[in-house]
Amino acid sequence: MADLLRANEEKLLDRWCEMVFATARGRVSADEVRNELAELYGLVIRAMSAADESAAGELRAALAALSRSRARSGFSPSETAVAIFSLKDPVYEFLADSAEMVPEYLTFARMIDDLGLNTFETYVATREEIIRQQAESMLELSTPVVQLWDGIIAVPLVGTLDSARTQLVMEKMLDALVAQGATHAVIDITGVPTVDTEVAQHLLKTVMAARLLGAQCTICGIRPQIAHTIVSLGIEFGDITTKATLAGALEHALRSAGLKVGPA
Amino acid sequence: MERVPILKIGQNLFVSIQIDLQDQSVVQLQEDLADELVATRATGVVIDITAVEIVDSFIGRMLATIGSISRLFDAETVLVGMRPAVAITLVELGLSLDGVRTALNAEQGLRLLNGSS
Amino acid sequence: MDELPIKSGDDVVRVRQRVRAAAADSGLSLVDQTKLVTAASELARNALVYAGGGVARVEMATAATGRTGVRITFTDEGPGIANLDLALTDGWTTGDGLGLGLSGARRLVDEFELVSSPGAGTSVAVAKWAR
Repeated sequence: MADLLRANEEKLLDRWCEMVFATARGRVSADEVRNELAELYGLVIRAMSAADESAAGELRAALAALSRSRARSGFSPSETAVAIFSLKDPVYEFLADSAEMVPEYLTFARMIDDLGLNTFETYVATREEIIRQQAESMLELSTPVVQLWDGIIAVPLVGTLDSARTQLVMEKMLDALVAQGATHAVIDITGVPTVDTEVAQHLLKTVMAARLLGAQCTICGIRPQIAHTIVSLGIEFGDITTKATLAGALEHALRSAGLKVGPA
Repeated sequence: MERVPILKIGQNLFVSIQIDLQDQSVVQLQEDLADELVATRATGVVIDITAVEIVDSFIGRMLATIGSISRLFDAETVLVGMRPAVAITLVELGLSLDGVRTALNAEQGLRLLNGSS
Repeated sequence: MDELPIKSGDDVVRVRQRVRAAAADSGLSLVDQTKLVTAASELARNALVYAGGGVARVEMATAATGRTGVRITFTDEGPGIANLDLALTDGWTTGDGLGLGLSGARRLVDEFELVSSPGAGTSVAVAKWAR
């Protein structure tokens, strides 16, 4: 099969370029198509000629590059994959009368299928990485830790409290406790939409972590709407003080620290 | 086998854990502590774990035991200097160090001990 | 892959050190390193205390998702665990412990596989991946 491809390169490559360019709809020039496909064609032949070890790696790299450049030009991953698949057509046309080549054609076809799927995988992997990075940024941005007073820090939570967020909150809160030598942490859950048993467990874990570093915790921001849910779910905060407002929590923390606010 | 040194400062005993304690050292420490508590009639014990990178259930048991021993001699124990990574791991592990109070550092630990006596 | 025998308390310390090094090399965060080493310490101790000793195999590996990390397998020829469900419940213990061991260690890692039966020893494989 490799020999056949090599011997009839001109003809098969021309036909392939023709078919791919037809679907390009002007997003890429005929020359670019020719260059890309010629390179791939060469690499496919080398990959099929058993002895060439590095060809497989180079082929994968070339496909990844093609996938990325096509994505940038506005092609969908399916279009890029189909462009690869379409090499099978000219080859099939050429072999239409050679029954004895059928087994080899099948092997060839499977290889081309794999390569096409490869471009799809690259596309997906790239998107997944982007999503992951954005999720991380969002998490970082939405988890600030602020100092309310000497020895008192506040952790305002905005958004759902899942295990990933809880890990980050614990890390940032504990680092702040150490950095500021704080003895009080106020956890404000005003921005947490719902408090169910799972969220409550995450909150409890956060409080336990702070306590291991000797800090007292106050949870504030319990909205009237969620108060009912908390009670009916049987969630109990035990000996953790809970307040409605940040102001109330600050006052409580100051009092625990032996301070009070008075007129000047 | 290295023995963990126990210092006496005022009414309190100080223990700083620097190395990976293994079975014998743990028992030795607990015995030494009991001896010191009796000899000095100290009312507080500060255990500094600033240098401890890993607290598993074995070390956790040791700390809880030290807390119990101290209580037998009417002394209060405070664990200080836990690393954030250790605290997060302990919470995930589900290890509750009941019976042992905690503070950020030795200074705050002393404040806790002196305030409560 | 490193193979470390677990025959004494000092061996447990060695396992911790090896795991710590592998975790750091694999790019795990400090908290994740601490979790993995703590889990390894629990499992190594289990092998020592309940099975009279065992072997730990530590290797740096790559997850199916492509993330790098560490995989550790603890094997022992001890009595084995009769009731796996019970052993993995919080608070369960046969020894003089706080009853955490297995269930606690499981929460600290990303992958946890336990194979054990009475008379056939125990094998615990855990893995943790960098984020």
